[in-house]
Amino acid sequence: MRIRSSEITPKALYLRRRELLALGAAGAGALLLPRHARAAETPHGRKLDGVKAGQPSTEEKKNSFEEITHYNNFYEFGTDKDDPARHAAKLQTRPWTVKVEGECAKPAAFDIDELLKLPVEERVYRLRCVEAWSMVIPWDGFPLATLLEKVQPTSRAKYVAFETAVQPKNMPGVGAFGAIPFPYLEGLRIDEAMHPLTLLAVGMYGEELPKQDGAPIRLVVPWKYGFKSAKSLVRIRLQETQPPTTWSQYGGGTEYGFYANVNPEVDHPRWSQAKERRIGELFRKPTQKFNGYADQVGKLYAGMDLRKFF
Amino acid sequence: MNKAAKQPWLKPLVFAAALSPLLWLASRAVRGTLGPDPVAEVLNRLGLYAISLLFCSLACTPLQIVAGWSWPLRVRRMLGLFAFFYACLHLSTYLFVDQGFDFGGIAKDVAKRRFVTVGFAAWCALVPLAITSTQAWVKRLGFRRWKSLHRLAYLAGGLACVHFIWRFKTALLQPVLFTAILVVLLGIRLAARVRAPARRMSVPSQSR
Repeated sequence: MRIRSSEITPKALYLRRRELLALGAAGAGALLLPRHARAAETPHGRKLDGVKAGQPSTEEKKNSFEEITHYNNFYEFGTDKDDPARHAAKLQTRPWTVKVEGECAKPAAFDIDELLKLPVEERVYRLRCVEAWSMVIPWDGFPLATLLEKVQPTSRAKYVAFETAVQPKNMPGVGAFGAIPFPYLEGLRIDEAMHPLTLLAVGMYGEELPKQDGAPIRLVVPWKYGFKSAKSLVRIRLQETQPPTTWSQYGGGTEYGFYANVNPEVDHPRWSQAKERRIGELFRKPTQKFNGYADQVGKLYAGMDLRKFF
Repeated sequence: MNKAAKQPWLKPLVFAAALSPLLWLASRAVRGTLGPDPVAEVLNRLGLYAISLLFCSLACTPLQIVAGWSWPLRVRRMLGLFAFFYACLHLSTYLFVDQGFDFGGIAKDVAKRRFVTVGFAAWCALVPLAITSTQAWVKRLGFRRWKSLHRLAYLAGGLACVHFIWRFKTALLQPVLFTAILVVLLGIRLAARVRAPARRMSVPSQSR
């Protein structure tokens, strides 16, 4: 039998055949392996005492505890929506202090158990993620203004910077291969921070905040895209200049802006913001300007070009 | 010796393997274990299966070059058609469920969002390949023209990689790995071409 020269594999390739096959097989195997569909059930936190119903609260159907704890972004624990539920159990939430400093008369470090004694109210808010999905979440917390008033901001406090926890040993998403730089930084203008809708949440569904949702204390700004509501806060700084924030700096500032107000008229470069999918529903629904809170917060942005300040 | 007779299990096995991800997805849907956002999960899975099968089909010739196996060539068409099948399901999920028949919004999406544009272009590149996948079309076009046309599969693979990379806001391992695999596969073909130009004329004809 004759073998044509064209059927002979080049020697260099022939010698590396196992390598190439192994690479291909390993790659295909790793990619096709089904991820664990569900993370372990989230342990329920301690019940919060004396939670009062607060206003405003939406009457819309709330998302379940299961949905809220198993579908969110918390890049410190990985970039998949189920990563926080899978990995956040290791987050150490005691001891925990929140430093409030900068342009204020009485800077202070607050122990979390001290903050938990403040009167807590339930606010059922819509949460609109910049990725065009949304939820309705019953937060338990107090206005950020309550805390800021304690430190007495000076007239030079024009902005508020937020810094979140970094625990490299407990956070698999933090490190050389982290998707974004940490600590995660956020910021608000002082009038946004002092607005009665802006909440510091310490609980959800009447229980202490689950770790994957930003325990023990997080920001909730319901008229802005979800990433503005920084989780697991450790430092709040009052300052005169606009603080740099993680996402507004990422990729040359093309992804998400500093203001990040929910706005169906201003699209993300890669997708439309006109509609959203409420988790639990099949079809998308129209997104409301300022996530439906225009009556309360619209006046904060009077005269501003919301396309420029996106 | 007739290879098809020697390995009668080959095609049924590959057929079952290529169909199994869809059955798994369907079973998760029935059991309600698709997670809190089932639409996104189905959409993403179908896309992953489409690109994976497209890559399997692209790997057939390089496998033959490197390992000397001929059996991958006998399942190449089936793998390619399965890739197109999953790409159609992926696109349909986007059109009819994710976007819910909102054709105004879809037209805007395809025109304006480069990641959607590129994904749609990848699907478009697969259409003529699926249509001309039969032996009759090989005859009608002539083998050389048919073969040139079917190099579009590499274009589709490249576009699918770009679609995959642009989908994420941060760099992620999976799309980068796929792109690396595509480069390796293409590299093997080019290397084989440089070393043995005669090969260009001697690709075995398709068997059914």
